[in-house]
Amino acid sequence: MATVELTFSALPAHVRTARLVATAIARRTGVAEALLDEVRLAVGEACSRAVEAHRLHCPGEPIRIELKDDSGRFEVTVTDAAPSDDLKAVDSSDGYRLVDAMLGIVPEMPGLGIAVIAGLADDVEVSPGPTGVKIRMSWPATPTPNGLAAV
Amino acid sequence: MDLKLDHRTEDRLTIVEVEGEIDVYTAPRLRELLIDLVNKGNFHLLVNMEKVDFLDSTGLGVLVGGLKRVRAHDGSLELVCTQERILKIFRITGLTKVFGIYASVEEAKEAHGRDK
Repeated sequence: MATVELTFSALPAHVRTARLVATAIARRTGVAEALLDEVRLAVGEACSRAVEAHRLHCPGEPIRIELKDDSGRFEVTVTDAAPSDDLKAVDSSDGYRLVDAMLGIVPEMPGLGIAVIAGLADDVEVSPGPTGVKIRMSWPATPTPNGLAAV
Repeated sequence: MDLKLDHRTEDRLTIVEVEGEIDVYTAPRLRELLIDLVNKGNFHLLVNMEKVDFLDSTGLGVLVGGLKRVRAHDGSLELVCTQERILKIFRITGLTKVFGIYASVEEAKEAHGRDK
């Protein structure tokens, strides 16, 4: 099992870096090209949510992202250290229910990112805890002997 | 890629050209532009997303915010987008039901002209 860990401070500019790193490692792990856009978007959503939560509650704390090649799956875990207010605001399992809510309240609807992740990754686990939220996502990967995806 | 924004007005329709990535870092610039346009009396907006490489929920939130603002003035905010990877996020969130989405600026202008 190969693991890459990255920690970054809660700045929006770093989300792009996290997306780039995750996409590069997903490709190397053997995630199909057709899924790389989903990986990029889902990891970006998880990191954006964490950055917004940290900026609100604990701007000095870093956000951690762990990227694992785990027996035929590429697994990403984003861990923050902020309270999980947004997870109570919506039912993340159904993005369609968000539409009316979005038009009714603030435009930057909390929880929308989680709904997007749920719609993108086939395996998602959101674990709110007393010390923060952990979002684990995974995608199928087919490693090759040299560590590069089959073309 | 960073975000490039431009806009022009043709008849009563303000066309906003967006190029690059709309995410948590760049979305505030798009939000400012949309607010500025509405504050200056542009209530019919067409956002051309054909050159957008990446869009996340922050960007969606900005577009929904823009839609709320123009609707308060009986206006409209519609989109031009044919890229599957961008359309997918609108479908996941159900926003294809909220925004008029056209295949080209010309098609959107024709539809807008019919609605006048």
